[in-house]
Amino acid sequence: MSEAKAEILRRVRASLADSPEAPEVTRAYRTESEKSAHDVRAMLIDRLLDYKANVYEETMDSVAERIEKLLGKSARYVIPKGLNLDWLPEDSAARRHLVDSGNGQRAGSLTDRELDAVDAVVTSSTVSCAETGTIFLNASDEEGRRAITLVPDHHICIVPAESIVELIPESVRRVNPERPITMISGPSATSDIELQRVEGVHGPRTLDVIILDGQ
Amino acid sequence: MTVTQLGMPKVFHGTGNIAAEESFTSFAGRELKNEQLRANLGFATHTIRDKRAKVVGELPDWELLRTAGSEIKQDVMARLPELLEQFEKNFTERGGKVHWARDADEANQIALDIIREQQAEEVIKIKSMATQETGLNEYLEENGVSAVETDLAEEIVQLGEDKPSHILVPAIHRNRSEIRDIFLKKMPHIDKDISDNPAELAEASRHHLREKFFRNKVAISGANFGVADSGTLSIVESEGNGRMCLTLPDTLISFMGIEKLVPTFQDLEVFLQLLPRSSTGERMNPYTSMWSGVTPGDGPQNLHVILMDNGRTAALADQVGRQALHCIRCSACMNVCPVYERAGGHAYGSVYPGPIGAILSPLLTGVEAEENNSLPYASSLCGACYEACPVKINIPDVLVHLRGKDVDAKHGKGEEGNKRQAPDQMDAIMGGAKAMFSNSTLLSIAERGLPAGGLAAGRDHKISWLPGLIGGWTKYRDIPEPPKQAFRHWWKKNKKNGPKQRAASDRVDVDALIAKNSGLAEELHRRHAGEAQEEREEAQEQAAELKKEQRREPDMVRREEDLLKGQDDSSNGTTGEGTSSQEGND
Ligand code: SF4
Repeated sequence: MSEAKAEILRRVRASLADSPEAPEVTRAYRTESEKSAHDVRAMLIDRLLDYKANVYEETMDSVAERIEKLLGKSARYVIPKGLNLDWLPEDSAARRHLVDSGNGQRAGSLTDRELDAVDAVVTSSTVSCAETGTIFLNASDEEGRRAITLVPDHHICIVPAESIVELIPESVRRVNPERPITMISGPSATSDIELQRVEGVHGPRTLDVIILDGQ
Repeated sequence: MTVTQLGMPKVFHGTGNIAAEESFTSFAGRELKNEQLRANLGFATHTIRDKRAKVVGELPDWELLRTAGSEIKQDVMARLPELLEQFEKNFTERGGKVHWARDADEANQIALDIIREQQAEEVIKIKSMATQETGLNEYLEENGVSAVETDLAEEIVQLGEDKPSHILVPAIHRNRSEIRDIFLKKMPHIDKDISDNPAELAEASRHHLREKFFRNKVAISGANFGVADSGTLSIVESEGNGRMCLTLPDTLISFMGIEKLVPTFQDLEVFLQLLPRSSTGERMNPYTSMWSGVTPGDGPQNLHVILMDNGRTAALADQVGRQALHCIRCSACMNVCPVYERAGGHAYGSVYPGPIGAILSPLLTGVEAEENNSLPYASSLCGACYEACPVKINIPDVLVHLRGKDVDAKHGKGEEGNKRQAPDQMDAIMGGAKAMFSNSTLLSIAERGLPAGGLAAGRDHKISWLPGLIGGWTKYRDIPEPPKQAFRHWWKKNKKNGPKQRAASDRVDVDALIAKNSGLAEELHRRHAGEAQEEREEAQEQAAELKKEQRREPDMVRREEDLLKGQDDSSNGTTGEGTSSQEGND
């Protein structure tokens, strides 16, 4: 044990010489939704729009077309290695996807500057909290490593309809802390200058959310 | 590091930017004259306050979350040694390295060693109270490493070469045209025709920093929460500069106070709801990042966390004050504080401003630290901070407690054979104040009795000097005559039902605040001495005397002491002065 550690622990114990009691934590706050799936979904859409994200509701039949529209004609975009290719439009001469292997130190991954040069990134997501309008990425193979959803300026994020929950406690239960977690609530923003909100500082300035049914 | 004997086990106080360079009253005096700062702070605090009230009102279980938050934090304090070791074990097992720092210097030194190992001359930083507390940037600068702040507000503060004025909106004292001027001067590649539109200024910052994110190999952060059972660290932010710093560099060094732990990953469900709503008044902040040790191929592979004491164990030793360590740095207490709004964040000197700073800073440094012993007086004890606090820290209680400690310190309590000095005015105040604050009827009567303070006003109905708690304010600017209605009555009448919510247009009435404080003084005068007329004459004499001794702040209350002492014991009119000199802060 380092000297500093031993010393600090000694101090902490001395400061707690009065043995304060640890109360039992009362978790009487809401932990399960009582709303219908329909209401919860409507709430998520409302919150996302409030954050100035764009929201689209698609099915397996329409999703590729939607992504094609959002990408525009000339786009090079990155996807994580586990993304369902059925969601994507056909590549064309001007538009094609690049697969990131998920390990920044190995071949098959894009460098930070390459990520800066692509036009967009398309990923899935683990769980979305309606009450706060928050999408959780948990570094799965369908979401990729953190850099790919950070550096490109345009993030198209698929939210499978069945992954929508109402409450934060319901969301926290569905993520795995052993992998990195990124919670996204709208595009980045700052209110640092005279408290005027400006969307898009360092993260992706455009966030398109596609709620996907029936996959 | 100062060591103070309290008749109990030794406690080790913190160092760094938690001690004011001058007293609250003296700085507030200058700051009060800064109209820009006051206007901006007023705007900021009102805007955030209203947003907060709205999003807090949305949650039917807000009070239950507050209770859980408070209980979790009490549990953390009670089991701190065990939880610290558990956190260390989990973070280490997952490839991170845990360092321990007794004080600010040690923490800075650890960070410098890691930076040198990486041979970096520049590091990127996420806004962090902990590194402001240790003075890391200045320390690195002295050692040839430049630390680049990447949060827009911090960047403005850094480029403008001044100090943050608010935990949350550190550059709130700058307006857009000042920011434009700073950028034009300090950003080499900036478009010279840039306007002062906030969107354009934010864009300039994006370009300026992007290159730095790609180039730098070492980043430094604080931490909002550390989770013992999963070894997770978490950063809550808005702009994405945090994600950049936490994701792109190879090496990440996070400074974390030992009190920032929560026991379980599940506990985050409480704080992720409490923090953003209390802080920026949003349902959720744009980005929150969490990482539990190293993830191969994703993010920094060389991960460090520095667990910092720096006075926290001293605060923990104070049974009343230890709750200050529950603070999650949301700044809600600042946004509802009438004193903060008028005096500005800089006046508190320490990096921890506002009501929480008024208790946390002296707890970290010890109330004996002369520079911080005026802080416990920087409050009107109106209780708004307590009601706003998401983890229910009873700031007014701790303030009264620390004032009591300050009095003890002044009396050299504990020194053997040292006959207690004649009870000074402070004792009278504290005695009186305790009685009054514990008895709201008495306080109400005292306040209603207060319009008598109008007697001190001259013919122009301006009061240029008032004795008592408010004396420290009137020294700097003439204040209008107190209104007929005392602050608490005004407050009661004007607050809506439910949690403290005031409309933006409902400006805090500083006159009413003054009335409240001067009412307190008046009541004490009546209780402890004779006649109001005599008091005022004496007050005037004292004012003249004090003017000669401007240097000897903090005197908001000591002036009151002197007054009362004159009434209590006519023979010791100068003893109080003697007491003050012993405490002379030069
Ligand atoms: S004391 Fe409470 S209200 Fe103030 S910053 Fe800390 S957590 Fe927030």
